[in-house]
Amino acid sequence: MAENNASFVRHELIKEQVPPVSERGLVKWVRENLFSSPFNAIMTVLSLWVIYSIIAGSAPWFINGVWNASSVRECYDILDGVSGACFAVLKERFPQLIYGFKYPATEYWRPNITTLLLLVALAPVLFRKLPRQLLAFSIIYPFLAYWLIWGGTILVPVVAFLGFAAGVYCFRRFSTNAFALGVIVGVIVASIFWLFGGYLSEANETFLSLQAVPSRDMGGLMLNLLLGTIACSVSIPLGIFLALGRQSSMPIIKWICVVFIEFIRGVPLITLLFVANVILAFFFPPDTSIDLILRVIIMMTFFNSAYIAEVVRGGLAALPSGQYEAANSLGLDYAQSMRLIILPQALKISIPGIVNVSVGMLKDTTLVSIISMFDLVGMIRGPILSTSEWNGVYWELFGCAAAIFFVVCFSISKYSQWLERQLETSNR
Amino acid sequence: MSTFTSTERETFRLSMLLNDRRYRSYTFQFFALLVLICIISYLGKNLVENLAKAGLNISYGFLEDPAGYDINQRLIEYNSQSSHLRAAMVGILNTLLVAVLGCITATVLGVTAGILRLSNNWIVAKLMAIYVEIFRNVPILIWILIISSIFMGVLPQPRAFKGENPDATMLWDMFAFTGRGIYAPGPIFFEGSLVVIGTFVLSILSIIVLRRHARRKLYSEGRVIKTGWPSIALFFIPTILIYYAFGSPIGLEYPELKGFNFKGGIYARGSLISLWFALSIYTGAFIAEVVRAGIQSVDKGQTEAAAALGLRNNFIMNLVILPQALRVIIPPMISFYLNITKNSSLALAVGYMDITGTLGGITLNQTGRAIEAVLLLMLFYLVISLSISAVMNIYNRSIMLKER
Repeated sequence: MAENNASFVRHELIKEQVPPVSERGLVKWVRENLFSSPFNAIMTVLSLWVIYSIIAGSAPWFINGVWNASSVRECYDILDGVSGACFAVLKERFPQLIYGFKYPATEYWRPNITTLLLLVALAPVLFRKLPRQLLAFSIIYPFLAYWLIWGGTILVPVVAFLGFAAGVYCFRRFSTNAFALGVIVGVIVASIFWLFGGYLSEANETFLSLQAVPSRDMGGLMLNLLLGTIACSVSIPLGIFLALGRQSSMPIIKWICVVFIEFIRGVPLITLLFVANVILAFFFPPDTSIDLILRVIIMMTFFNSAYIAEVVRGGLAALPSGQYEAANSLGLDYAQSMRLIILPQALKISIPGIVNVSVGMLKDTTLVSIISMFDLVGMIRGPILSTSEWNGVYWELFGCAAAIFFVVCFSISKYSQWLERQLETSNR
Repeated sequence: MSTFTSTERETFRLSMLLNDRRYRSYTFQFFALLVLICIISYLGKNLVENLAKAGLNISYGFLEDPAGYDINQRLIEYNSQSSHLRAAMVGILNTLLVAVLGCITATVLGVTAGILRLSNNWIVAKLMAIYVEIFRNVPILIWILIISSIFMGVLPQPRAFKGENPDATMLWDMFAFTGRGIYAPGPIFFEGSLVVIGTFVLSILSIIVLRRHARRKLYSEGRVIKTGWPSIALFFIPTILIYYAFGSPIGLEYPELKGFNFKGGIYARGSLISLWFALSIYTGAFIAEVVRAGIQSVDKGQTEAAAALGLRNNFIMNLVILPQALRVIIPPMISFYLNITKNSSLALAVGYMDITGTLGGITLNQTGRAIEAVLLLMLFYLVISLSISAVMNIYNRSIMLKER
């Protein structure tokens, strides 16, 4: 190897140079992401102006906010002409916003505990890595929650639970032979339990009893969560059955489901709430009185289940027909093939849709304020804004309601995106 | 073979109704029908008993009675002596008005926000993401109430326009933005205005014909006919010429302050504006997500292939990307339009007199005919929903991928 001594040939590599200022770090990022073209530059300046004007407009309002006052007059006196929020209303009316204005103040711990336990009960359902034994609590939870919220003797939920458990046991026992037999025996056994348990709990009304709170005393955010949780949890199984019915090859069953789903989806929720408010009572036996909250829950459940049925139908339709044929060729009957092969896959596809529908339902629970129930929005529009102390504090109250719903709904949709990634098992 | 089938037919046993697949479905359907009939007759029996007990009956005669209440936002003639049916018609038109307005603005907003969310400008994309998340996750009812309180709180009352040195002035002496509503100049039609309108319709028709012709030429001969400038010219020139030729037959009526309120011109109540605004901005957030997903669903290879064929940027967008993205976008868009129509029933919260406010609100409360009124209300929404989805399904089918 001849040594090259020519002076114009470099012997060692030049040290790596730092890229020019415009091609590195912050400057590069700004150039590429904010000012890549004249149009982009204009857009950036416009956006910055929008952000600035929003912040400049609302910051003093937040910073000058008054937290301690007893009425809106006092607020304005403290502010003395300066722009500022009157957050005192949130502080003073906090219990009303959360629990409504009739729930006994000494019993506020009960909804609090129920909400905490709801998170515990949901945890094993939401996160599959948690120990499966926790699911037992999730099954007990609805009965416990009923006792905590509505009060009365503990015997009622205990009897209801025992009847339910006995029914499920019998179903398990007999459905190995025939599915229909299992269902029938389960229902009969559960009914017998409930019938005798009913006498038992009526006889001992004071046994381990909490102060009974009638449904009409529920209000505030609690009512929204109550309606939303019950309507969503009941409507998911109902929606799955409706979807299966709509896919069925039996024309009568199919058409019953189609008419139900299309009817519910064709009308706004508010008309269904009108039905719950003024019409539904006509359809119950003459001497019974079903309270408004239960009627609203019935209509909301129907409403939500029709939408969930459509989502699940989408999931069922997305499965390749080979899955159905494979299940048949294994000799599985309809119930088995649905439970073991079809539904697990179809539901996995429909999770985002189901979560969207459920978030929509939770948001739609605010509509009950229109039929004069006092949920969060109803409390604000009714008992709070109509008092002389707080007349005219719209922004603080509605802003607070919006913030609460945003936090709840946003976290649910983030969870659903996370779950979607977790369940992603495709071989791509 | 025939003997074989005949023996099988002979051995039909009752247990086959439950165990044989061929007959079992009949059993199930029979029982389902039986249960359904039982439920319906049970509910019907309760209804009849309850009605008898309350001394009520079902009759639609109340629709002919004078309504006795006023509706201040209306598209057709109506006074408090008109019938309940007339009031319901006013309500229907108001529902359709806010729904149509809402659909248009929501589409514009949603498509803009959806495209901007994909912008390579970081701050714009983030702003749009914030818009979408904030509006999607808060109930529409709260948005309607917030926007209507902004509307009433921020804009001046009509009396602020009074006096020598008023606190508020009209925009170009034409538009008055007040807390009660927006007043804008309204058209007045004189003799000959029909000719101007006719010309305008004709010129729009000829634009459509021109574009069709251009497309046919493009497909058959590969010749590109420019339609941009001719369309603009066709849109304006004939109408303006005729307008002046007939001596300006269409005038403008300006709103004027008379007493404590504005008179004349077109008047949109604050409740209409805030409902319209809330519906479009809320639904726009949903549409933005769909548009974004639709554009992202088109494979990047499509853009590259189109560029390799030598198409220019706007052709790539119009001829390659959009037709494919639309296939993903259209179906959810239909349901958003339906949602706007259904959500417009929340007009009740701000006192806008749509069908829910007239028929399901005041009429129901005045006459006490709850069952009849709510049934009619549901029927109306059902007809609207089913017809919109039928029309949109036809359109959808026409742009669907033709597979096997």
